[in-house]
Amino acid sequence: MAAVSLDHGLILAAILFVIGFVGLLTRRNLIVVLACIEIMLNAAGLAFVVAGARWGRPDGQVMFLFVLAMAAAEVAVGLALAIRFQQSLGRLDVDDADEMKG
Amino acid sequence: MTTLFYIAAVVAVLATILVITRSNLVHALLYLVVSLFAVAVVFYTLGAPFVAALEVIVYAGAIMMVFVFAVMLLNVSADSPLRVPPSAWIGPLVLVAVLLAELIYGIGLSNHALQAGEVGPQQVSEALFGPYVLGVELASMLLLAALIGARHIAAQPEGPALEDPQLSGEEPDARADEGGEA
Repeated sequence: MAAVSLDHGLILAAILFVIGFVGLLTRRNLIVVLACIEIMLNAAGLAFVVAGARWGRPDGQVMFLFVLAMAAAEVAVGLALAIRFQQSLGRLDVDDADEMKG
Repeated sequence: MTTLFYIAAVVAVLATILVITRSNLVHALLYLVVSLFAVAVVFYTLGAPFVAALEVIVYAGAIMMVFVFAVMLLNVSADSPLRVPPSAWIGPLVLVAVLLAELIYGIGLSNHALQAGEVGPQQVSEALFGPYVLGVELASMLLLAALIGARHIAAQPEGPALEDPQLSGEEPDARADEGGEA
């Protein structure tokens, strides 16, 4: 069961994080941007769990639970912002929000 | 278990690539659900069954359901006009490839094997409500703040509308009624 090496788990987390980062840089839809942030948070949680499994300690899984709670909070506020964004600008393109006026 | 880990890892990476390349928003979200399921299998093979269950229940269940709700509420499933041209992908891809190379170099190929056996829910709970109990309190405060903040942000603004009237439909009447009573 333990033949998976630590490096491969961490490399998987790095690859997932980087894919999420590419999406964050290239996509302009606000919902997709939020989904990419979820991918990156999930990859960070994966790195925590892999590091916890390295020493057989539960601390990595506890940190994943905190990441999970933070992701839930972030997505609630982010999607509320998306709804206001759509109501005030009519689309979900983040490039439309380049003017800060009250 | 090792084979299962690598299969799930490949599925997770492929599904995540499809998430950021699909132009249809609903398809992208469904691929994200696939990716989260694959990561849950990865967690299981790493000996973390409790976190694997939470990944399915909270991430793939609750959080993605909120995403799908938002997509249906906003009626934005056809995303094609917002699609980025292919030339815009080149710069970020180059920079991020450098970042990935740095990350893998930083991880280093030391070939540590992971610890055998699984860390079950009992050990996780004892750690969570033992030394990490302050973190649990802070997480509850964070979730409460997110609840209040989301309700405040998504609520219709009071008084004169900030946005175009044609976007809100019948809402100006309702707001005028509220203002009159107040």
